[in-house]
Amino acid sequence: MLPELGHFALIVALFVALALATLPIIGAARNSRAWMALARPAAQAHFVFVAIAFAALMTSFANNDFSLVNVAANSNSELPLAYRIAATWGSHEGSMLLWVFMLAGWTVAVSLFSSRSPLAMVARVLGVMGFINAGFLLFILFTSTPFARLLPPALDGRDLNPLLQDPGMVMHPPLLYMGYVGFAVAFAFAVAALLSGRFDAAWARWSRPWTTAAWMFLTLGIALGSWWAYYELGWGGWWFWDPVENASFMPWLAGTALIHSLVVAEKRGAFKAWTVLLAIAAFSLSLMGTFLVRSGVLTSVHAFATDPARGAFMLSFLGIVVGGSLALFGWRAASVGFAGSFDRFSRETLLLGNNVLLAAATGAVMLGTLYPLALDALGLGKISVGAPYFETVFVPLMAPLVLLMGAAPLARWKSASLADVAARLKWPALASAAAALLLPWLAGRFSVGVALGLFLAAWVFASTAVLLLQRSRGGAGQLARASRSFWGMVLAHVGIGIFIVGVTMVRGYETERDVKMGLGDHVDVAGYRFTFRGVQEATGPNYVAVRGDLEVRPVAGGASLTMTPEKRLYKEQQMPMTEAAIDAGLTRDLYVSLGEPLDEKTWTVRVYHKPFIDWIWGGAFVMALGGLLALTDRRYRVAVRRERETSLPPLREAAA
Amino acid sequence: MVRALLLAMALTAGAAQAAGPAGDVAADTVLEARVQQLAAELRCLVCQNQSLADSHADLAVQLKGQVREQLRAGRSEQQVIDYMTQRYGDFVLYRPPLKARTVLLWGGPALLLLLGAGSLAWGLRARPRAADLTDAESSRAAALLEP
Amino acid sequence: MKKRLFLPLAFFVVLAAVLGVGLSLNPREVSSPFIGRPAPAFSLPQLQDPALRLGAGELKGQVWMLNVWASWCAPCREEHPLLVSLAREQAVPIIGLNYKDDPRNAQEWLLRLGDPYKVCVIDRDGRAGIDYGVYGVPETFVIDRAGIVRFKHVGPLTQEVWTREVQPLLQQLRG
Repeated sequence: MLPELGHFALIVALFVALALATLPIIGAARNSRAWMALARPAAQAHFVFVAIAFAALMTSFANNDFSLVNVAANSNSELPLAYRIAATWGSHEGSMLLWVFMLAGWTVAVSLFSSRSPLAMVARVLGVMGFINAGFLLFILFTSTPFARLLPPALDGRDLNPLLQDPGMVMHPPLLYMGYVGFAVAFAFAVAALLSGRFDAAWARWSRPWTTAAWMFLTLGIALGSWWAYYELGWGGWWFWDPVENASFMPWLAGTALIHSLVVAEKRGAFKAWTVLLAIAAFSLSLMGTFLVRSGVLTSVHAFATDPARGAFMLSFLGIVVGGSLALFGWRAASVGFAGSFDRFSRETLLLGNNVLLAAATGAVMLGTLYPLALDALGLGKISVGAPYFETVFVPLMAPLVLLMGAAPLARWKSASLADVAARLKWPALASAAAALLLPWLAGRFSVGVALGLFLAAWVFASTAVLLLQRSRGGAGQLARASRSFWGMVLAHVGIGIFIVGVTMVRGYETERDVKMGLGDHVDVAGYRFTFRGVQEATGPNYVAVRGDLEVRPVAGGASLTMTPEKRLYKEQQMPMTEAAIDAGLTRDLYVSLGEPLDEKTWTVRVYHKPFIDWIWGGAFVMALGGLLALTDRRYRVAVRRERETSLPPLREAAA
Repeated sequence: MVRALLLAMALTAGAAQAAGPAGDVAADTVLEARVQQLAAELRCLVCQNQSLADSHADLAVQLKGQVREQLRAGRSEQQVIDYMTQRYGDFVLYRPPLKARTVLLWGGPALLLLLGAGSLAWGLRARPRAADLTDAESSRAAALLEP
Repeated sequence: MKKRLFLPLAFFVVLAAVLGVGLSLNPREVSSPFIGRPAPAFSLPQLQDPALRLGAGELKGQVWMLNVWASWCAPCREEHPLLVSLAREQAVPIIGLNYKDDPRNAQEWLLRLGDPYKVCVIDRDGRAGIDYGVYGVPETFVIDRAGIVRFKHVGPLTQEVWTREVQPLLQQLRG
């Protein structure tokens, strides 16, 4: 009964979405207030129905309703409740429903937080989002319904893939999708602007917080996925340049460019056409990512069960949405209005430089990801493009970007003095060079790669220090009065510096020992002594395991700790899993992974020392925090507060 | 009772003496490091996008063994790569070799950067310099601003 | 209307075309680098009489098919009836390569399901398979009179593949 209710709710949601996609936009074109006013209630109704459907599916999972194909294929009665709930989005069908639920959520959020925007703009924005919603709902209803019944019902389910039975995996898809889907808002604003022909600074101002929010979620989602891979997969890798990872990274790169571009569009009225294009690109990359993961076009460890029929549907949808918006761009962008004037050397130029580098980086990742497919499609044979390629091309693009990152906040808008900025950056440059040369030497081994990485990280910190000093020329109070946008930027940039430190140190100084350990044997890694105390059996709710026991103590003396790596066998799927034991620390992770038993008493054990690796995800977290801070900037809060405080009803706004 | 305790202590002491520094799984760790590095660049052909270094699949383990054997026998990294590509084609390499059909791949990012930087430079060149006000305009502005 | 502004659309159309073609391709299939090149040599013991050996060179002068299989391979069971009927019709000499298998299991399997192989050799450790670029079973090769590999099929050989691709090729190779 409940699944049928959910299915029905989806159908209703589809019709509401279709109405939302058409009527308000036509209303805006015809200046019909009544039709435009339909947008907000339609968005809200749409959300309610999608929420009902999502709740229906989630409840079916929680209640072990094995008469649903989706539940039987992805859950099990012995699966803990938290994972049964997470199994809602553990499959292609369920995760598509999550996608739609998030999209409906963003749509309703825009409808609620836009009361100060002109009605016509809101109508168009919500209309575009409704269109996207409708497309996805059609896709779900016609090719990927999660509500298909299994008759007769299964006695028990096939269990969730053990790789997904983990808190990190539970949060990763929702956060990631919040990001992917959130770029639809910026996309909708861009398309709305193209439709209306109005590109004043207000358009950029409305777009900015939504874009920053989506970017923040995407940052967290990607970081969480990376951290999960690190602790779950058992060999300590954290980024593989896998096609699906790249599919999430491309929108992130484009989104970062978009945020910077929006800053300029809002503050200076410049780059508007380019910003619109970026907004379309960011969401298009999200859509393309969704297509790549589910169509079987690329091989990836992440790919869902593939189906060319679904792929064809998705591609058509992609064609309509992206093709349509780019066609609209070609047709209307000329009316966007000329970019404001600024000097050859100015903050605008440096930000343009940022955009060029990020666009090139996005292009490079796309090139590497799709090149094998392109060659195969042209009948030129099969190649593979993996980490060696991406690392070779990506780093040279990022290094200049980091350098610019230090310079741009110091440059004035419109017209800046190169000499002035250079002078301010002299000290950071020297400090960074010193750090780059000294620190590796202190750490024990010098390498060019480490030196370069540390130079960039130190550059970020030093130039930020100079920026803060500059801002506090008028006393500490001046700095304290700086807006949250400013602090958000500072934090985000510092986050990148932290990230670079993590990557550089781990790459440069990571050590590993792969040893055979019998009872009482020890191995010394990076100043820690690991002593093997044997194994014992352990059980979990839906698995049996062998748990290793190692005592770890610093060689130089100090407190000892116990690390317990496991090898689990999940009963239902008979799938073995390695659970590494990790001792996380501010300056290093100790990582122990149980290998194979050589005989009754001896096991192969892998022991890693990974210096500063948590700075990788810590840096990403700080970046996201910066985004959050920027989101809560006074001007957005004042707008909301002012509405609440005003007792007068809002002025009737003339339709734009 | 005491005797039993002493006996137990002797036994455990004996066991502790048998324990010592653990030996590496690999007979030659220097070689193994080279094997790992090369294996990380080779594709596991029966996996969903994993390298020979990361995969536990049968064929992957066997091919990694081949790599080890050949490096131990004194062959160079390039010779091992040739061995693999002779049998499985370029598909087995994660670092695509530079050939006519991959020139665009390896050169692409630099090309994109040049294109981007070029259009940026061109766009800036065409831009009129942000002019200050002329004297006449300054005095007009001053007059307008007077209360 | 500036033409330049339609460049992004043009780029997307090309991209979508590539993705569209991609839907009909199989990204996991490894194309064989041997097509048009000499078949790698091997000299392996025969399944039915391990004292005897068979070398690839001995087959020069005729067009033949090499079928890589194993008793533990489920898809091999699918294609086996076709192979047996081809052998009965004497359509083409089929040489079997028993890959990473236990010879006793292999012999029993052939006893039960029929033996289509003119000769079957044992590749116990899979080395010969690697030399042929085998990465999964079953795989089937067509090799011409001069010992050049002309065709490779990954997966069970189906009637469709036989009729559409292999038969015409055999005709062509036999002149």
